[in-house]
Amino acid sequence: MSDGTTPAGEIPLMVTGRFSYDDAHTLERSRATEGYEGLRRALDTGPEAVHSETKAASLLGRGGAGFPAGVKWGFCPPDVWPRYLVVNGDESEPGTYKDRMLMERDPHQLIEGSLICAYATGCAQVFLYVRGEMALAQERIASALNEAYEANLVGRNIMGSDFSCDVILHWGAGAYIVGEETALIESLEGNRGFPRLKPPYFPAAKGLYMQPTIVNNVETLANLPWILRNGADAYTQFGAENSKGTRMFAISGHVKKPGVHEVEFGTTTFRDVIYGRCGGIRGTHSLKAFIPGGASSPWLYEEHLDLPLEKATIDQAGSMLGSGAIVVMDETTDAVKAAWRLVRFFARESCGKCTPCREGTSWLEKVLRRMLDGHGRPEDLGLLLDLSDNISPKIAWPPKQTTICPLGPSAVSPIASAIVRFQDEFRAYCGGGEIPTSVEINGKAYVPPEGAPAGV
Amino acid sequence: MSDAPTETTVKITVDGVEIDARPDDLVIDAAERNGTYIPRFCYHPRMNPVGMCRMCLVEIDAGRGPALQPSCMIPVSEGMSVDTESDATKKAQDGVLEFLLANHPLDCPVCDKGGECPLQDQAYAYGPGESRFVEEKRHFEKPIPISDLVDLDRERCILCDRCTRFADEVAGDPLISFIDRGSQTQVNTFPDEPFASYFSGNTVQICPVGALTAKPYRFKARPWDLDQVESTCTTCSVGCRVVVQASRNEVLRTNGVDVDGVNWSWLCDKGRFDFQSIHSEDRLAEPLIRDGDAQTRTSWSVALTRAASAIRGSLDSTGPSGIGVVGGARLTNEAAYAWTKLAKGVVGTDNVDAQLGDGLPPELVLGLPKATIDETATPGGTIVVVGTDIKEELPVLYLRLRHAVVEDGATLIEIVPHRTGLSGIAAHTLTYGPGGAAAVAASLASDQPSAAGGIDADAIVAAKAAIGGGSVSVVVGRGNVADTPDVIAAAAGALHDGFDARFLSGLRRGNVHGALDAGMSPGLLPGRISLDEGRARFHENWSTVPSDRGLDTTGILQAAADGRLDVLVLLGADPLCDFPDHDLARRALAGARTVISVDTLPNDSTRQADVVLAAAGYAETEGTTTNLEGRVSRLAPKVTPPGTARADWIIAAELTFRLGDDLGLESVTDVFGEMTRVAPLYRWLTMGAIGADGVVVPVAPPEPTPVTIGGAGESEDEGPDSGVEADEDGDADVAADPTPERTAPTPAEAEVDGPAVGAGIRFTAPAVEIPQPDGYRLRLVTTRALYDLGASTQASPSLAKLPHGAVLHLHPHDFDRLGVPAGATVKVSNAEGGRGTITVPVESTEGVPRGAASIAFAQPGGPTNELIDVARPVTDVRVEVAP
Amino acid sequence: MPRLSAENTILAREIIARYPLPKSALIPLLHLAQEQDGHVSDEAMEHIAELVEVTPAEVIGTCSFYEMFKREPVGDYLVNVCTNIACLLVGGEELLHHLEERLDIRPGSTTPDGMFTLEDVECIAACTEAPCLQVNYRYFHRITHDETDQLLEDLRAGRRAHEIPKHGTLTRVRQQIPADRRAGAAVPGECETPVWLRTDEPASEGAAT
Ligand SMILES: Cc1cc2nc3c(=O)[nH]c(=O)nc-3n(C[C@H](O)[C@H](O)[C@H](O)COP(=O)(O)O)c2cc1C
Ligand code: SF4
Ligand code: FES
Repeated sequence: MSDGTTPAGEIPLMVTGRFSYDDAHTLERSRATEGYEGLRRALDTGPEAVHSETKAASLLGRGGAGFPAGVKWGFCPPDVWPRYLVVNGDESEPGTYKDRMLMERDPHQLIEGSLICAYATGCAQVFLYVRGEMALAQERIASALNEAYEANLVGRNIMGSDFSCDVILHWGAGAYIVGEETALIESLEGNRGFPRLKPPYFPAAKGLYMQPTIVNNVETLANLPWILRNGADAYTQFGAENSKGTRMFAISGHVKKPGVHEVEFGTTTFRDVIYGRCGGIRGTHSLKAFIPGGASSPWLYEEHLDLPLEKATIDQAGSMLGSGAIVVMDETTDAVKAAWRLVRFFARESCGKCTPCREGTSWLEKVLRRMLDGHGRPEDLGLLLDLSDNISPKIAWPPKQTTICPLGPSAVSPIASAIVRFQDEFRAYCGGGEIPTSVEINGKAYVPPEGAPAGV
Repeated sequence: MSDAPTETTVKITVDGVEIDARPDDLVIDAAERNGTYIPRFCYHPRMNPVGMCRMCLVEIDAGRGPALQPSCMIPVSEGMSVDTESDATKKAQDGVLEFLLANHPLDCPVCDKGGECPLQDQAYAYGPGESRFVEEKRHFEKPIPISDLVDLDRERCILCDRCTRFADEVAGDPLISFIDRGSQTQVNTFPDEPFASYFSGNTVQICPVGALTAKPYRFKARPWDLDQVESTCTTCSVGCRVVVQASRNEVLRTNGVDVDGVNWSWLCDKGRFDFQSIHSEDRLAEPLIRDGDAQTRTSWSVALTRAASAIRGSLDSTGPSGIGVVGGARLTNEAAYAWTKLAKGVVGTDNVDAQLGDGLPPELVLGLPKATIDETATPGGTIVVVGTDIKEELPVLYLRLRHAVVEDGATLIEIVPHRTGLSGIAAHTLTYGPGGAAAVAASLASDQPSAAGGIDADAIVAAKAAIGGGSVSVVVGRGNVADTPDVIAAAAGALHDGFDARFLSGLRRGNVHGALDAGMSPGLLPGRISLDEGRARFHENWSTVPSDRGLDTTGILQAAADGRLDVLVLLGADPLCDFPDHDLARRALAGARTVISVDTLPNDSTRQADVVLAAAGYAETEGTTTNLEGRVSRLAPKVTPPGTARADWIIAAELTFRLGDDLGLESVTDVFGEMTRVAPLYRWLTMGAIGADGVVVPVAPPEPTPVTIGGAGESEDEGPDSGVEADEDGDADVAADPTPERTAPTPAEAEVDGPAVGAGIRFTAPAVEIPQPDGYRLRLVTTRALYDLGASTQASPSLAKLPHGAVLHLHPHDFDRLGVPAGATVKVSNAEGGRGTITVPVESTEGVPRGAASIAFAQPGGPTNELIDVARPVTDVRVEVAP
Repeated sequence: MPRLSAENTILAREIIARYPLPKSALIPLLHLAQEQDGHVSDEAMEHIAELVEVTPAEVIGTCSFYEMFKREPVGDYLVNVCTNIACLLVGGEELLHHLEERLDIRPGSTTPDGMFTLEDVECIAACTEAPCLQVNYRYFHRITHDETDQLLEDLRAGRRAHEIPKHGTLTRVRQQIPADRRAGAAVPGECETPVWLRTDEPASEGAAT
């Protein structure tokens, strides 16, 4: 279902519920379908109650790291004011397509969710940071905010309460790294999108203008209205032990019916979405590999198909659900070219602040490009892995890093995945070559094909 | 940076060895202080860490297991263990280095930094042999000028953010920035907006590679050809510590040395680059004497004899009062003492003044409670700046005050005749109308501030409210020479009484404070004591002591102009350029029967002299100098003077000899020893006490005795290969000072009791009468610009073109009344007549108050001193559109 | 080359006022400049520097970090073809090559008539709709080569003007904050505990600021 809707199934659509209406982006439709009821409920129960409700729902962040939102909110130091909420709508992780949909199709839901969070945490101002290239999302949110201000749903004394908070629509201008929360904050301060070092600059403590700042993903916040309307108990009815509610996944690449689907979180398996929802691999082709959670995540294979889409399980397997971006590759895919294309992305998007990422990712890209152009050398295999090791020591999962932020190490996952799994394809480009025993490769998902020698 | 012991310490282990760290230490500093140097490129101890280059990654275990962390970002914590040698650490550092070198041109053989380049050094120390990078390197247009003084080679840049951070955080001139992104990132300026900062040279010093180079030094020498000594910059009175680097008897470069109390390793570009004047072909290399209209070269004996006979003649005919000595701020402390002894102790005249009518009363500078730079820049304190634009006059003090305000929460209040370089960060800037300083300060100090000096009451009330309970320090200077110094003196008095503030002198000339301490001012004797107070003591050491108070520079010039002065001695002074009243100076030089000029470079005044004595200058003489805090620090010779030029103190000694007397001073060490014996101010002052950082006098008695007395040896131990090494952080280690120990005070020292220092110098604020401004006239305000027609700037090719030129600034209201387009030229003349007229361009600015006409002093195209009549308390001018 | 026009300057001041600190308005103002001129001129950057009280060097430092800001003029229509992984797998590169051929330019360059600029871009968040492209940041999902030709056709003929404004105009709807509804910017150092969090005193008028 390329429009992203899901047939009314056994589970409720908690964030895409209104997608079936063409006018879901209007206040009228929103209001007609319980829009802002969650906020109303929040204002009635009070900030502490809303916070504990969110904790009880154990709502996991949907931006990549999967950190529980309720817990994160608790990290703000007491009695330091003002606090800010920054909504991360910079969606740019290759393979990821959900936040744009939520912003274009149901902007009021996002505004409501943001206000619920701001109310619970005492944020005096909300900045809705929307990726620059998303013109329609910006127009839809701007109109929605204009409607909401007129209707006293945002701004001063919201719904007649003593809760006052502006929501400012802010656009980016084309830089993937700005999706990283500290770079997002720098960008919002009008600077280059350079990530800050953590420690000491954890947003909850020292964020925007060095004030306590909560950064949450669009989908994360879009869950709040439902939770407030139906309660944490109803929410936790769905999902698995540690992954509650529903979650949006974008399944793209070599499947019959690519699409975005909101499915129960933690119970659905890769097989369910790839073969069930998306009709399986295109034509008569067979699965080669799939990227489970965006370009940064190590690749998974046939043997992983029956794993549930559950945070802990996938972490265990040596990869991540990340931003819910599943990219499927069939056997026609050139593993070297796929790896090159992903590495080119990280090389192009490196902010340039720290040396290993700035110099390392572009070096890796040049080597892979040279191989594709027919000038590979046997030593290139070892070079690629050793440079990778200098960016992400011991090529482990979760990754270690010599860099400031995780972008650099992200370029290592596709290389390690492809080289280990598809060594022969690399050798073909390199005129031979071996993986030197000097480099350790520890990621659990960096696995050779069944039977084949690890070569490491 | 000094290692002041801190009471509490944190224990951490570095490579298995337990060390004591300061609670606020970063791992990289704690390790270095204990002998483990962690490689780094972006980290600089005087700037906020950014953790960007990743070269300082080490394995740190703070309890949760070892992890690679940037040691420049991680504060120490009790029990932390640091491994700088583990395999993981080495692999990470080698990796970072290889990444940095991948796109680096590796053009070390033709790079100025070659031989002193941290990147090159690291490459040798850690790097693998040949590069694994076989791809096309990144390319940029080779060196591009980013300012008049600095070139940037972007291919060499490793993007450490030092230069850009310096420009933004330290200098407050964010005119260079990272541009573009990722592997294409470069450092650059905005198109056609050069890095026009007074501090640009510091970026060259801190660049860890050869990306930034200084035009005056490019291709001049390789580091291994240079040898260096540590010395003190005397371009202005801040007294920044420097290393002077030379090759084949030519000074080629100066770098800042990190001294906690003073310059933190920074220099201004004037102080950094005006060493070029040392080797100017215009230097006076031998004595000149006048016959007829021409000056001709001569021998020292002829010149000295002629000078001596003129003085002797005056003594016979008129007596001591027939002789006047003007200047002395260029001298070393020792030379200043020798010349004071000659003038006051041999000739017996008290007509001696180190200032040129553009300074402040010595009683103010010496008599008010003093503050050091550190005390003035106290975190959270209040700084009041009176009468001066510190960015233009004392640039590195500006950096210190800026840091205090921007980083350490100090509050800055300005009482100035026009907006200054500090106004942008000042809590309140009170721009008074000419002559109004005293009234404003009095109002500020009073319980109910009222409108004063053209400033309305609210503004003064607000400023008063901003003055916290904490310490109040006042920096007092004289930027404006068009009104009487009494207004500043009265202002200082009011602030002293109102806030019991402490004072930092803003007098700007190199060693003016050393000269004043040496008694080069009417009514003073060496050591901040008055004539009357010191007469008895000095009679024991000197042949004579002046009977009564003599004339200051204005008085001396007046006397000369009236034909009442036989001999006018100019000690590195050029009254025709620097004295505020050109007309009086001109008449004085014409009126004096004999003019003797002792100088290093020719100027308008030396050209009028009958006898010119060629003096050795900066980097050519040894001795000490005193900065605006009263900090005495060392000057070291590095090159030999041109021709037969000799040290000022020797000239004094030889002149005395020809006057049939004897100063009894055979060496600089002699002079220093006598100063410490006869002047209570210098008691306990020793070369040991001065050390590398200098020491503020008076020095507290060392307890327990024995005492170290500076003896023979300094000159030797400051020889060409002194142990001074300044790295790109400006850290320097000075060879320990082998001064002989003396166990007991000498009898001479025992005598040095008597009145407390300066007890006899009492500052009483003068009363000032400022005539009401007349609506049709404008009142002149002169300002100072860092680059002007001063000798050292003009004799330094890289600086000579930098003065902006004279422009008249008017308040928009007055400007509109004038009704000319901006940039039009106007004729400015003294409204009372009797002075000259100048023609300059005019601009409009909110920075000057209504009724004021502001113009920079000693700028090309506008001899402002033509307009001023020092007989009047203020200078009213008439401004007409030039035909 | 122009600075911001009079009305854009008023708008700029309004935008600046929304933020706790003026420099935060830098990116929105750069978009405004690009909307006015189709690209960001040096003069506009200097003007913006004055408005947010920073140096031009700081403005270009930020401006040059973000791909969407063009410091040189580009075509009326910026055609961004995604070739990142999901698109690569299902014809993104072929689509790019097709456009190179049709427009007879390489990615990163502009047609001689100044009509089109072609770019080979990273993921534009339409992965399930691959292959895809944007024209002035308006999406075209699952687009075939024929549809692409038709699109170029229409653009040349000005038939899409209503849905695709000239390069620079990102959104045609601006956020408006009515004065009487505005809670106000939360300026650091000027805020205490938000009223709705205060348990003690009764709720008072106004924002948390
Ligand atoms: C390189 C990088 C890019 C990221 N991009 C995004 C993004 O586009 N959108 C997003 O919501 N989070 C992104 N994140 C994650 C954010 O840093 C942050 O964890 C997240 O926005 C927190 O929101 P959540 O807790 O609701 O997930 C990125 C992180 C990294 C390291
Ligand atoms: S120029 Fe030098 S100091 Fe500046 S970023 Fe480059 S390497 Fe660092
Ligand atoms: S990869 Fe093309 S839109 Fe995502």
